[in-house]
Amino acid sequence: MKRYSVGTGALEGVMILIALAFLFPIYILVNLSLRPVTDLSSPLVPTKDVTFDNFGLAWVQAGIGGAIVNSAIVTTASVLLIVIFSSLAAYGIVRATARWSPLAFYGFMVGLLVPFQLGLVPLYTTMKNLGLLGTLIPLVIIYVGMRMPFSIFLYAQFMRQVPIDYEEAAALDGAGPLRSFVRVVFPMVRPATGTVIILNGLFAWNDFLTPLLYLSGTGNATIPVTIYNFVGEYVTQWPLVFAALIMGAIPVLVAFFFIQRSLLQGLASGVKG
Amino acid sequence: MTEAASTAATTVTSRRSTTTRKSRRSGRLWLFILPAAIPYLFVVIVPSLQGIGFSFTNFDGLNPNWKITGLDNYAHFFRDPQALRAVLNTIGLAFVSAILENLIGLLLALALNGRLLSRNVLRVIFFTPVVIITVVVAFVWQFIYTPTGPLNQVLDAVGLHSLAQNWLGSPSTALWSIAVIVIWQFSGYAMVIYLAGLQGVPTELIEAASLDGAGRVKRFFFIIAPLLLPAFTVNLMLSLTRGFMIFDQIWVTTQGGPAQSTDSLSTLVYRNAFTYGEYGYSSAIAVILTIFVAVLGIVQYRYVLRGGTSR
Repeated sequence: MKRYSVGTGALEGVMILIALAFLFPIYILVNLSLRPVTDLSSPLVPTKDVTFDNFGLAWVQAGIGGAIVNSAIVTTASVLLIVIFSSLAAYGIVRATARWSPLAFYGFMVGLLVPFQLGLVPLYTTMKNLGLLGTLIPLVIIYVGMRMPFSIFLYAQFMRQVPIDYEEAAALDGAGPLRSFVRVVFPMVRPATGTVIILNGLFAWNDFLTPLLYLSGTGNATIPVTIYNFVGEYVTQWPLVFAALIMGAIPVLVAFFFIQRSLLQGLASGVKG
Repeated sequence: MTEAASTAATTVTSRRSTTTRKSRRSGRLWLFILPAAIPYLFVVIVPSLQGIGFSFTNFDGLNPNWKITGLDNYAHFFRDPQALRAVLNTIGLAFVSAILENLIGLLLALALNGRLLSRNVLRVIFFTPVVIITVVVAFVWQFIYTPTGPLNQVLDAVGLHSLAQNWLGSPSTALWSIAVIVIWQFSGYAMVIYLAGLQGVPTELIEAASLDGAGRVKRFFFIIAPLLLPAFTVNLMLSLTRGFMIFDQIWVTTQGGPAQSTDSLSTLVYRNAFTYGEYGYSSAIAVILTIFVAVLGIVQYRYVLRGGTSR
């Protein structure tokens, strides 16, 4: 168990081979994006005349730049509001001793049992009546409302571990509940905040169904829908399409490689609760 | 309980003033949940109740003279062969992908929990698909599955030409080809959670067992597996709910085709509402989907409550 034996070496070799096979789709994606659209050789063969022209062309034709800006606005606004609203609510629920506290908690947890599809049509009708179709506003509202149950659950799990003594001390110094929340409790649940930011950020950035419904055909969509529309138009020109796909995936991938260690840890602790 | 005890311990005041302070605090605390409650009610609770209401009507989103039609939409659902197909597809996809994601995730975690030199790099590699936008993943696989695409070329190259086929174009293989996409995407997620679970397994326990002559297999089933139960529960719930609600991968690759062979409840909800304008029928399908997800959630919740006393 302890030492690096021959068996460990064999396992290492096998795992590396499996990882290479696992990366096959990524290889195809990158390999194809680097060749001219006119190069019709097999996608398995490494591209000979490497070119980056597809990226420039796809950037302009698909409007990737605008899509990244839209996705960044929606994701940042949603995550910011989710962090503020859900941490406040979890604090209120965890610290209140009144009878409404468990009721409110279970009221929010009901949301974990309800798939988004149930309210899909009525919500769309409401947003249409409010004249919000084609804007980014419904996306932010929807992500904030939809992600409350999970985020409150996570914050509540962490806040229950925070001893009340600090807040009592703060209260003796004249701090009200809001002040002790901001100064004492919120800084102590930083790991929960990290997980809430990452999981909800990934969710908002990735979501396809909501923008498909609210932003299709506006020319002002987030990344998933922009890419979806672009591929629909240029489906025969795979190298061009693949360059667009890479540019759509890159922002999150880069962020992931920078924070991968803390992300994998936070994810595990967060999901375990 | 502990809250009351520590309050009593830290404040040297009379009993009466402690309770007033406490109730005053509680009294203002409800304001804290207000910012969360408003968007939650607006986005989740009210539309869901409306959705249940819609399911008993023939509302089409435009005609203001809609009528209450009772259980007609549900009767339609149970007589619709396409809907039955979608139910079976959804259940099949959810369970097959959940089982394989867990199995692969567990094997990866066991392999990468040891002392491999490359374990950190390999963990990152297997997790990477989780952070790639699903739409991108689905398009890449759509290309891989094309009749003259990379998958069939690989099969040709290794002499398995007879296995080559139109993966997404034929009703018998399309659904399972989509399942492979989902499994490729999320096995790494399961791996990360199993790895976290494995860190809770004390090495002394495993060493003691191997000194007592327990082999690899015995050690796994009698020591490691029981300790991984919480990780397994979490993984199963995550992968099953994801499977029940699957939409993106199907909509991008096949839109439910060929011949409706890959429709899930979610794609059926979407198409009936936004292609056919059948808001009532679409809502009834969503109610059925909700029953699946809610039953799963409640079973899970009771199980976690009963088994999760340590946490």
